[in-house]
Amino acid sequence: MIPEIGQFSLIIAFFLSLTMAIYPIVGSLLNKKELLLYARPMAIGQFFFIMISFFSLAISFLLSDFTVSYVTYNSNTSLPFFYKFSAIWGGHEGSLLLWLTILSVWTLLVSLFTKKLPERYISLVLGVLGIISSSLLIFTLLTSNPFERLLLPVSDGNDLNPLLQDPAMVMHPPILYIGYVGFSVPFAFAVAALLDGKLEKGWASWMTPWTVASWVFLTLGITLGSWWAYYELGWGGWWFWDPVENASFMPWLAGTALIHSLQVTKTRGLFKSWTILLAILAFSLSLLGTFLVRSGILISVHAFATDPQRGIFILALLSLISGGALFLYAFRARTIKDEGSFDLVSRESFLLINNILLIVSVLVILIGTLYPLFLDALGMGKISVGPPYFNLVFIIPMIPLSLFLGIGMHASWKKTSLSKLINKLSLLVLLSIIFGYLILDFTFGVSNFLTLIGFILGLWIILSSISKPAEYIFSNKLKISNFTNKLWGMTVSHFGMGIFIIGVTITSTYSIETDRSARVGDSWDVGIYSFTFDDLRSVSGPNYEAQEAAISVFNGNNLITQLLPQKRIYSVQQSPMTEADIDNRLARDIFVALGEPLGDGSWSLRVQIKPLIRFIWLGAIIMALGGLISISRSLSESVRNKYD
Amino acid sequence: MIKYIIPLIIFFTLVGFFIRGLSLNPSYVPSPLIGKNIPNYELQDLENLENTIRSSDMLGNVSLLNVWATWCIECRNEHPFLVELSETTNIPIYGLNWKDNRSDALDWLQTLGDPYVSSAYDLTGEIAIDWGVYAAPETFLIGSDGIILYKHIAALTPEVWTKEFVPRILNDCRNEFCL
Amino acid sequence: MTPSRKQRLFLVLFLVTGVIASVTFALKAFQNNMLFFFSPSQVYAGEAPESRVFRLGGMVVEESIKREAGSLTVSFIVTDYANSIPVLYTGVLPDLFAEGQGVVARGQLSDDLFIAAEVLAKHDENYMPPEVAEALRISREAQK
Repeated sequence: MIPEIGQFSLIIAFFLSLTMAIYPIVGSLLNKKELLLYARPMAIGQFFFIMISFFSLAISFLLSDFTVSYVTYNSNTSLPFFYKFSAIWGGHEGSLLLWLTILSVWTLLVSLFTKKLPERYISLVLGVLGIISSSLLIFTLLTSNPFERLLLPVSDGNDLNPLLQDPAMVMHPPILYIGYVGFSVPFAFAVAALLDGKLEKGWASWMTPWTVASWVFLTLGITLGSWWAYYELGWGGWWFWDPVENASFMPWLAGTALIHSLQVTKTRGLFKSWTILLAILAFSLSLLGTFLVRSGILISVHAFATDPQRGIFILALLSLISGGALFLYAFRARTIKDEGSFDLVSRESFLLINNILLIVSVLVILIGTLYPLFLDALGMGKISVGPPYFNLVFIIPMIPLSLFLGIGMHASWKKTSLSKLINKLSLLVLLSIIFGYLILDFTFGVSNFLTLIGFILGLWIILSSISKPAEYIFSNKLKISNFTNKLWGMTVSHFGMGIFIIGVTITSTYSIETDRSARVGDSWDVGIYSFTFDDLRSVSGPNYEAQEAAISVFNGNNLITQLLPQKRIYSVQQSPMTEADIDNRLARDIFVALGEPLGDGSWSLRVQIKPLIRFIWLGAIIMALGGLISISRSLSESVRNKYD
Repeated sequence: MIKYIIPLIIFFTLVGFFIRGLSLNPSYVPSPLIGKNIPNYELQDLENLENTIRSSDMLGNVSLLNVWATWCIECRNEHPFLVELSETTNIPIYGLNWKDNRSDALDWLQTLGDPYVSSAYDLTGEIAIDWGVYAAPETFLIGSDGIILYKHIAALTPEVWTKEFVPRILNDCRNEFCL
Repeated sequence: MTPSRKQRLFLVLFLVTGVIASVTFALKAFQNNMLFFFSPSQVYAGEAPESRVFRLGGMVVEESIKREAGSLTVSFIVTDYANSIPVLYTGVLPDLFAEGQGVVARGQLSDDLFIAAEVLAKHDENYMPPEVAEALRISREAQK
């Protein structure tokens, strides 16, 4: 009964979202005001029924209802409660339902928090969201129904993929999806403006908080995914340039460009059509991300659910949504005119350079991800592009980006005197170079030029960010009370970016990675640490059996910690899983993973020392925090307005 | 203004490639056995262990070899369609029961219906390896002269049947009584 | 030309040069890092290059995994059921690596041996390997 309620609610939600898509758009075209009024109630109704549907699936999972095919494939009676819930998004059908649920929440929020905006415009925005939601709902209902019953029920399920039985993986998909799907809001704002044929005054300011909020979630989602891959995949890498990772990284880069371009549109009335294009691009890349992961068009270690048939449907969706938007853009963008102009040396120029470099990096990643597919499509052989390509081509635009980022923050709008800028920044440049060299030489030792450059650039970004509020504090003309949340947000985000760059630079140069064989009683050294293999024992969890090694780590004669890496065998799927154990400090991680038995009582072990690897995720979290700070004012204001 | 149309053009070029890309199945592994003679085997009959089933039994008619097992969820979903095929067409369906428990398998045929002319009992999975079986279910289409015409991985569905099997069957026997 | 137009031109030129330079660089990097994928049959037919890194994919032949006790070096045979190639690898193997399972190895040919620098195990989620289902059956029976 419960699955039927879920499915039926999904059908109702489809009709509501269809109404939400058609009525406002037709209403605005025919100038019928009464049709516009349908948008908000439909958004609320859609949210209500999709929620019922989502919770119906949740209940089917919690009750282990194995008459539902999707539950059978992704759950098991012995699965811990926590994972039964997260198993909802363990496969394709449930992920899609999660996607829709999140979209309905965003749509609801748009309908609730935009009461002060022009009715006609907001109805169009909801109409565009309705198009997205109704097309994904029909896709779900026709090709990926999570409530499908099994013809012949089984008594126990197939279990959740063991890789996904992990706390970070419980959180990763929802947070990532909140970010992905959130870009539908700026997309809808942009397309509605194109439909309307003009940009309302204040358009860019309305759009900013939604864009930044989505970006914050996407940042956290990617960070969580990277952290998960680091300790769960058992290889000690934190980024693999895997197609699925790229699929989440490209919308992030486009979203970052969008946030910066929005600043220019908001403050100076420039880059309008470019901002619209970026909003379309960011969401299209999110859809493409869903498409790449779900269609099996690219084979990937992350692609858990693959099915080419669905790919064709998703492709049709992509053509409708992104193709439609770009079609509108092609014919309407020319009517949207920029106001004013700017000088070569001005904040606008630096933000333009930032945008170009970000989009160039999107392009090189896109090429590396899709080129193998094109070659295959043309029958020219199966190839893949290795991480060295991505590492190299991504660094190239990032170096000037980091350099200009620091300068741009200190440039003023419209026109900056070059000599003043040089006066202001030459000390910072000098400090970054000198301290960069000295600190690196003193701590890790300068070993190659690129590492030195990376470290100096990281320091440069940090110093130029900090100097921004410092300037307000120590200047006679400026007051720190005038340092707005927006400026704090910028400072904090860029500071996080500096931390991130330092983390990446140091980890990739100074990590020690070793594979070795060892048996109980063995001792060996890696870097400045000594390791002793104390014990090997069997342990068991709720739905797995494991071999656990106890390995003591010493620094000189001081015991630092005892690490307990495991090799688990999950009882249902019988697949082995490496659970690495990590001793993490801010300055370094000690990573030990247990490989396989080598026959004579010894085991293969992977032992790695990773300096400053925490800086990578810490930097990313600080970046997200900066985003949050920058929109905190508009968030609190809109909540206050709501209840006044 | 041409510059506003450029994104649209780039987008549809991409879509064009995706359509090409989708028509290729990335996980498709062309079976090296296609176009070759069926591997020889001799196995016990699942229903009567005294009987021996030989690969040569399949010669003379266009036939299907279906790899199945009771532990396989997809086989459960596929089974009703196989039963329907056995009732509505003239194509003999041979079963290869793979790494299975015999009494479970007999139960299965008893309760769900038996679409097979006979089922060979491959407890060790030795014969499945000769046939290049990755996982169940898989279905092979075998020409009357014992040449493997086609191999389908995953559950057999009416769509796959009409799209992939029927044309090949008609092509092989040129006689509608085949179906 | 007014000074602001001149500056605008300068900005455009600067950006165009930058973009062209990075694209050229990217393409170059691309060529050097492109990895071809070959099946054992293609290798057998001599399609794979002798002194270049490529990826070899297929199934691990049953009972072909061999290692000297205590050594990190392991050898196994990869097959596409028509032809087979022996592979040598030193290091920790991925979790899903097993006999009868799909595998992709990155490395180079040396005589008739493929020396792998990296081994990835493929895992097809759509179909269930018999071992999985066997466990399913056992856990089902345990509940009766």
